[in-house]
Amino acid sequence: MSDPRPAVLSVRDLAVALPPGADRELAVEHISFDVGAGEIVCLLGESGSGKSVISFAVMGLLPDNVHVSAGEIRLGDTNLLALTPAQLRELRGDEIAMIFQEPMTALNPVMTCGAQLDELLAEHTLLSAAERRSKTLAMFEAVKLPEPERIFASFPHQLSGGQRQRIMIAMALILEPKLLIADEPTTALDVTTQAEVLALIKTLQRERGTAVLFITHDMGVVAEIADRVVVLQQGKQVEAGPKHDVLQSPQEDYTRMLIAAVPPIDPPVLHHHFADAPALSVHKLCKTYSSGGWLQKRRETRAATLVSFDVRPGETVGIVGESGSGKSTVARCITRLIDPSQGEVHLRDVELHAGSHEALKAARKRIQIVFQDPYRSLDPRQRVGEAIIEGPVNFGVPREQAMARARELMTLVRLSPDVLSRYPNEFSGGQRQRISIARALALDPEVLICDEAVSALDVSVQAQVLKLLEEIQSKLNLAILFITHDLRVAAQICDRVLVMQSGIVVEEGLTRDVFLAPKHDYTRRLLASAPGREFRFAAA
Amino acid sequence: MKNATIQRVLRNGAVRFGAIVLAVLVTLAALAPVLGTVDPAWLDAVNMNQPPMTKADWTGPDNQTAPRTLLMGTDSFGRDIYSRVLYGTRISLVVGVAVAVVALLIGTFFGLMAGYFRRVDAVLMRVMDGLMAIPGILLAIALVAAWGAQLSTVIIAIAVPEIPRVTRLVRSLVLSIREEPYIEAAISIGTPTWKILLRHVLPNSIAPMVVQGTYVCASAILLEAILSFLGLGLPSEIPTWGNIMAEARVVFSSAPHNMWFPGIFLAFTVLAVNLLGDGLRDTLDPKFNKRGAQR
Repeated sequence: MSDPRPAVLSVRDLAVALPPGADRELAVEHISFDVGAGEIVCLLGESGSGKSVISFAVMGLLPDNVHVSAGEIRLGDTNLLALTPAQLRELRGDEIAMIFQEPMTALNPVMTCGAQLDELLAEHTLLSAAERRSKTLAMFEAVKLPEPERIFASFPHQLSGGQRQRIMIAMALILEPKLLIADEPTTALDVTTQAEVLALIKTLQRERGTAVLFITHDMGVVAEIADRVVVLQQGKQVEAGPKHDVLQSPQEDYTRMLIAAVPPIDPPVLHHHFADAPALSVHKLCKTYSSGGWLQKRRETRAATLVSFDVRPGETVGIVGESGSGKSTVARCITRLIDPSQGEVHLRDVELHAGSHEALKAARKRIQIVFQDPYRSLDPRQRVGEAIIEGPVNFGVPREQAMARARELMTLVRLSPDVLSRYPNEFSGGQRQRISIARALALDPEVLICDEAVSALDVSVQAQVLKLLEEIQSKLNLAILFITHDLRVAAQICDRVLVMQSGIVVEEGLTRDVFLAPKHDYTRRLLASAPGREFRFAAA
Repeated sequence: MKNATIQRVLRNGAVRFGAIVLAVLVTLAALAPVLGTVDPAWLDAVNMNQPPMTKADWTGPDNQTAPRTLLMGTDSFGRDIYSRVLYGTRISLVVGVAVAVVALLIGTFFGLMAGYFRRVDAVLMRVMDGLMAIPGILLAIALVAAWGAQLSTVIIAIAVPEIPRVTRLVRSLVLSIREEPYIEAAISIGTPTWKILLRHVLPNSIAPMVVQGTYVCASAILLEAILSFLGLGLPSEIPTWGNIMAEARVVFSSAPHNMWFPGIFLAFTVLAVNLLGDGLRDTLDPKFNKRGAQR
């Protein structure tokens, strides 16, 4: 770490103790790194690695029962750990600023955006009201918000997620802090918005010479933005160094494993040819939501318009798109969790779009869905064994037989059959997602719909679940409809993809064709926004 | 998970205090006949308005006179207050528990229906709004007047105004639970609606309902005492805390103990039930978990 630039933030041998009874004694230990002026240092780690704990320690915002037990945190010449809470409060905003993952919760919902920046300036500077206003408007311009005057008078809920995150960045940078801590600032954003926000952070930070401590789990984002990287695992510093060294010639096994788990964005060459009759056939599916009516003006939202595609046995068809593109609506219409407004859905000979829910019961068995959030897709009050056998029992399979099958399925998804009597909260996110897959497979479906099924998982776990899905697919000849916003995942697992924007399929074709030679503007923009697209990671 | 939850509940100070007080009260009520009591309705004209701890010669229903210490004194008719308070505990506890059970059962059923089925919701909740507009005491007077003063009338009269409150709570719980992905998952594996309600929705709303149940119980005990005190509850010869206090009101300046003892029992019972509820809420409701953990 022989950097010529003086360190703005210097962390030495930091250890943070957790309260007794936690899963480990120290949240983090032996953490040492520097962040120089005008430098972006990324803390990279999976969930539970302690990366957010470090940022909270620097901000002096650790919860009451968690405390720094060893080490040193210096901001320039100041030892942050020796300051009183009042002194720290002075520093926050002036010298250190922070942006969070979820801008909606970090902004005050009952104050206009302008007033929130104004308050900050009034608190920390001696500027007059007119000066504060012009400075705020200039800052809005700097973070490339459209119509600064209108934004000034808007409430947070009137803005989009990307705009809110820009407001947060404006708030963080308006006092020209020396250090900016960004805790997963783009994780909640769409990929095209993420690309814009990352570019913005980079530009502003270069112009102003701000030191940035950037916390992320996303290898692509690291490749895009970092100067140097600190890799964390379970609270321990695994590796640190310049981005190119760490990502292209990693020294440690854990880093190598992380990098190998990042799916390459180039789709592999396809060898299969799927000639069987489609298992699932969707024809001109439409879903329109209407609101208002009685007293308000009637408003219609087209969530999906004329969506058509086939999925054949053994084939994986992907639907990619950003939030609000209608990809989940399509999945929910197919499974009749909501009723489509128009169009046809055929599961071989069965018409899924017509008929009552009672009549659909038999067909429902043949088409199963795995949801995004592993923490909410299993009933917290139901033992996992009961969850897995619930489907078969609904269709008249005797309990003992269903339980025997559940044990087989647990082996199939690489979990021990002995844990069937446990409750979901005893499992990690990845394990829960395997249980959800086992629950779906318990009904021997012909079609499996994965609605962002790996999006909430850490990259190493994600790789395992994807591999598991591929194995299961080849064993059972499943037709899989894979819905994702993650282009890298889509590139690896999908044979064909549909790209959706605002409810319309703008492009479809073989994954390799779409990714390597996109025809539609939006597809091109989407692909160009994928973080770290140009970066060559170390070969696995 | 279950064991950890139970342990957390048992470690809570408020739960412990409330549970111990209630256990003592239940014991007193159950064992009232063998705890040195006499017939609570028996009048001994010789011993009227005796102060507590008086050593008196007591003539019982069998016309036998024996020395007896009047622990809590006697009222203006010469009835033993100690016996009346202990037997009154039975009424209070029965009313509290019965109202809570009735209100929870009916309210939960309505709440599940209103929360899960949109069409039912529109009609049912308007009925509930109407019910909530009727003052509880007024409804009780009407019912007692119509059906006569019996224990079951009092229980129904107190339970009916509580039903809309429970319904609203359960409905709001169901509204959020029905949007959970695990409900959608259950639908897509073909689980029938009644099974979804019983297996998934109900177990996930039980904790707040238990807490609500304790509050219903506490307010029912209080309301029963108020009705009795106003002369709208059970007939005055039946020993309830409210009845004892109502009779004590006339002679309050000369014999205040008639009021104190049932009052103290009433206050402690309501306090214990409320503390139990607060403790359960702190330990069972995830929103309060963090606060509980730091204690």
